[in-house]
Amino acid sequence: MPRVRVAAKSRRNAELGLLLLAMAVVAAYAATVEANLLDTVTLDFWVPIAAVGAVFLALHLVVRFLAPYADPVLVPAVALVNGLGVAFLRRLDLANAAPEERADFAIFSGTGGRQLAWTLASVILAAGLLVLMRDHRAVSRYAYTLGLAGIVLVIIPAVLPARYSQVNPQSDAKLWISVGGFTIQPGEFAKLALLVFFAYYLVRKREVLSLASRRFLGVDFPRGRDLGPVVVVWIISLGVLVFQKDLGTSLLYFGMFVVTLYIATERVSWLIIGLLLFFGGAFLAYFLGSTVGGPFANFYTRVEIWLDPYGDAYGAGWQPLQGLLGLGTGGLFGTGPGGGQPTQIPEVHNDFIFAGMGEEIGLFGLSALLVIYLLIIERGLRAALAVRDSFGKLLAGGLSFTLCLQLFVIIGGISSLIPLTGQTTPFLSAGGSSLMANWLLVATLLRISDAARRPVETGTGPRPSGAPATPPPQLHGATTEVIRP
Amino acid sequence: MPPFVITVARIGFIVLLWIFVFTVVGVIRRDLFAGARSSRLVAAPRGVGAVLGNTKPAKVKRGRAAHQLVVTAGQLAGTRITLGEAQITIGRAEDSTLVITDDYASARHARLVPRSGQWFVEDLGSTNGTYLDRAKVTGPTPVPLGVPIRIGRTSLELRP
Repeated sequence: MPRVRVAAKSRRNAELGLLLLAMAVVAAYAATVEANLLDTVTLDFWVPIAAVGAVFLALHLVVRFLAPYADPVLVPAVALVNGLGVAFLRRLDLANAAPEERADFAIFSGTGGRQLAWTLASVILAAGLLVLMRDHRAVSRYAYTLGLAGIVLVIIPAVLPARYSQVNPQSDAKLWISVGGFTIQPGEFAKLALLVFFAYYLVRKREVLSLASRRFLGVDFPRGRDLGPVVVVWIISLGVLVFQKDLGTSLLYFGMFVVTLYIATERVSWLIIGLLLFFGGAFLAYFLGSTVGGPFANFYTRVEIWLDPYGDAYGAGWQPLQGLLGLGTGGLFGTGPGGGQPTQIPEVHNDFIFAGMGEEIGLFGLSALLVIYLLIIERGLRAALAVRDSFGKLLAGGLSFTLCLQLFVIIGGISSLIPLTGQTTPFLSAGGSSLMANWLLVATLLRISDAARRPVETGTGPRPSGAPATPPPQLHGATTEVIRP
Repeated sequence: MPPFVITVARIGFIVLLWIFVFTVVGVIRRDLFAGARSSRLVAAPRGVGAVLGNTKPAKVKRGRAAHQLVVTAGQLAGTRITLGEAQITIGRAEDSTLVITDDYASARHARLVPRSGQWFVEDLGSTNGTYLDRAKVTGPTPVPLGVPIRIGRTSLELRP
């Protein structure tokens, strides 16, 4: 049906080459770790790397057949970060193990082993999503269901008794569902579900949101009644802040919604309103924390630590300080993989993994890692720009921005740019829920970028297999046949 | 392990990491240029699409002839269509050449037809009308370069 065409190559071989290079980098890391920690490189240092490499290759094959025009950079870049995460967690296990056990440390034992197993499961799940979801627009049919599921997932940990929702006794954040030794973090999945709903809702409402407005101080402000959903999401995210004691997640949900709103309407006023509401809420929480205490006390302490980390250096400030000292010890080039003392930092396998790695790979290594994240996000935004339907644009833009905001929240917290709040570092931190949710995010981006880069079918000939003959009927303004260059 | 080997491995890893980064940037860069060569969109009529790979943009006379249709206002603002020899239909219908999501546009709103190097705009019985600059279009009207064609909230212009 569309008659517009862009030159397109699938670039799958470039993806394969990059993937092999990524695995070589991870293998070099693992070998250096062993050289430092064991003083020799064992013959099977490559086994965990080969395991993740094999499953990444399988994903590459699935992409090659099911999403042939998908972005060639996404899979290798994510694979590199994920592989480094697995190797670093294994390195922590090695450091914690007794010296005589180190040489033959089983590959599926310890945090690193669990992360390896989770990686295998997540990548298979991502491949499964690619198989099931042949057209990203099909997801919009389940938008309301997903929206409801997202809200339920956000609320569950808040209402569960602490016994089932608190995993870590030191921090009192209630983010988990823990049943019989098996723990999931539903917020990670809620992010994706809510984003699908936001994208769908805003595609339907974009006209009224962007057109009906009043002009004030040179900026177009929307009407009061159109603000409704924003205020609701703001209240939900404040609720998360209060009941789950998690500033980062609430910032994440709110930022996610405001930015999708901004992408949908192209109005700067939404960003201004969003920032004002967020800072208003944060100041209010800080003020209430210092006077009333109660549920806000946690947030107040976080800000106090941020303002003066040395105030309670052996108590509340211990963890952030150890992180900063680790980064400082690393300097420009780092102490070398396996050469530092990352186990000094509490929670280094989780929230503080970036500080732990930073000690060993230094500023140059960390900035390379950040550039790789940046490239992943850029490719996501690129897919959002190029895809031809509004729902896909909003979804891809929102997903990439969420990834970006989460990185900002946790790395900003570790480097003391903003008050520290517990977030996982995407693809790097130990944790199955986070890894799984982020791989599902990557699968969605792959699907959207495939749709964006696929050469448009000519005439009324057969459409690509799996794509529905007509776009989903409810989508308002779903297709424009003209690509914006 | 001798310290020398450790140092080489340590620096080598960072170098390798950056090599990866630059390879990725190289792939993206080739991608960008591949996009740049074909960033102009070629519009062809329905049914002729099958041979579209071989059609070149129309051989209209260089100089003052129109080569591009540019959307200057409305939701699709910034969209460019390279003009061929085929007519361009504009409207909300899925099979239009330029599908505009504009509440004030009809399903089949207007069309642009080339006749010996000159483009004519023709209203297809739309509800809200087509305007060439300020004047309502009633019959086929020649479109000069740079004069806005207004359809609902969308404006289009021919550019050389």
